[in-house]
Amino acid sequence: MTDLLPRSGGPDPASAPGPVRRPFRDLSAEGRGRAGGRWRRGRVPGSLLSRVERRERRWSAGPAPAAPASRSLLAALLLAAATVTTLDLSTDHGPVEAARGVVADVVGPLESGTAALVRPFTAIGDFFTSRSALRAQVAELQAENDALTDQLATADVDTRRLATYDALAAEADDLDRAVVAARVVGWGAAQTFTDTVTIDAGTEDGVSADDTVIAGDGLVGRVLTADSSTSTVVLITDADSTVGARVGSSGTLGFLTGRGEVSDGATLDLELVDSTEVPDRGETVLTWGSQDGAPYLSGIRIGRVTKVYSSLRDSSVRVEVEPSVDMTSLDVVGVIVPKGTDSARGLITGSSGSSDTSGSDG
Amino acid sequence: MSPVRTLVTGAVVLAALLLQVVVAPHVAWHGVVPDLVLLVVVAVALARGPQPAMVLGFCAGLLVDLAPPAEHVAGRWAFALVVVGYLAGRLRPDVAPTALSTVATVAGCSFVGASLVALSGLLLGDPAGVGTGELMLAVLASVVWDVALTPLVLPPLLALLRRLEPGPA
Repeated sequence: MTDLLPRSGGPDPASAPGPVRRPFRDLSAEGRGRAGGRWRRGRVPGSLLSRVERRERRWSAGPAPAAPASRSLLAALLLAAATVTTLDLSTDHGPVEAARGVVADVVGPLESGTAALVRPFTAIGDFFTSRSALRAQVAELQAENDALTDQLATADVDTRRLATYDALAAEADDLDRAVVAARVVGWGAAQTFTDTVTIDAGTEDGVSADDTVIAGDGLVGRVLTADSSTSTVVLITDADSTVGARVGSSGTLGFLTGRGEVSDGATLDLELVDSTEVPDRGETVLTWGSQDGAPYLSGIRIGRVTKVYSSLRDSSVRVEVEPSVDMTSLDVVGVIVPKGTDSARGLITGSSGSSDTSGSDG
Repeated sequence: MSPVRTLVTGAVVLAALLLQVVVAPHVAWHGVVPDLVLLVVVAVALARGPQPAMVLGFCAGLLVDLAPPAEHVAGRWAFALVVVGYLAGRLRPDVAPTALSTVATVAGCSFVGASLVALSGLLLGDPAGVGTGELMLAVLASVVWDVALTPLVLPPLLALLRRLEPGPA
């Protein structure tokens, strides 16, 4: 860099037009050796100045002169962004959806790869957090165990509940579904207030849109879009998500909506179809199910009732439900697909080889 | 812009997106993650001025809008990042490159960017029924994230961009 050498006939920095107009740039400009640098780098007198210079260099942005900000470019780009938004809003399967698919096919595998790369490191954090979490869970389970033992001793309503469970279990068996195991590899930012995740299974693995997604503890959400190797899943905690639900022993029907929060203790709002039936605290909430099992199969555990507010005046009931799946620590999930689906990976199927009656195609 | 610079900048944006989507959620505060892509746009604006930063902001924003698991109306991040590129580029010639001024630029840009995304969501009713309180909280949290990550992210980024810069003409 020859221009770092002192120039004998160079203009005096103080009289150069640039530094005079912008005195703040003076030091940094000299430090970089532009605008008639006075010192050669590394020979700056005094350790203080060299330290200042080093610090300046650390944050300096380089010598490129800023091109004048173009208003027309700004306007053009903003209009382009607005056009994309309008296109996305006005068309359902338009060019934006197509672009989404293309980007997903490229970025999705990259996300899966990155997730696989960083998994050993993220797992370290889980190890430490889960130790304390497990301790808390043990205490909680012990308390719950005591409560359940009590209930068992006193309960006589349970026959009905048992019958319901039996029916539900039979129903689930009848559905005769298979499960595609997948890992969650990407999370949507809360800044946009949509609770969506990417899973590393796509159409190649037999996943299709509107499939039900579960975890070991219960319902996670449904597949919104399935691309070739990844899919996007809307969690039940998403503000736009609505799930038909059936409450425990009474079998009351209702609709569960999310609130768009993912943090620990995220709750769902349950709106009852028949507001005279008030559920009890702690009752289990299961999915109601939709036609053909899409988007939600029936009889999958969602969570349990944690709070019931009932107003006598306008006879309305507000019920809060805590999902049984911790949405903040999703890892392995299962996508429910019809049995016999073509899949690039092994399907998990139930042990019962019951005859297929209604292998409804989801 | 030379092909090499375009390629490297694109790779940096992609890396930022992957980190933001895959790694950052593990350390997220209530689901709010640092806007690493925004930091890249600010760095480019500081190094090369508003013009390239706006173009990059548009492309990077579109990528954030379209890459899975994004599900919101496309164009929101693109809009916000174009404005961020313009603002950061306009701020650039007037400040000496000190740590404080850079952090202040990032804080301002991050606030504007996050607010634009939040407000556009509110206007479009994208996820319906989100309270303004939650919105403000998310915006503030993302600003805090971005400012906290600035000392880690911006100096290496600026060094990289400086390296890619052709010699003064």
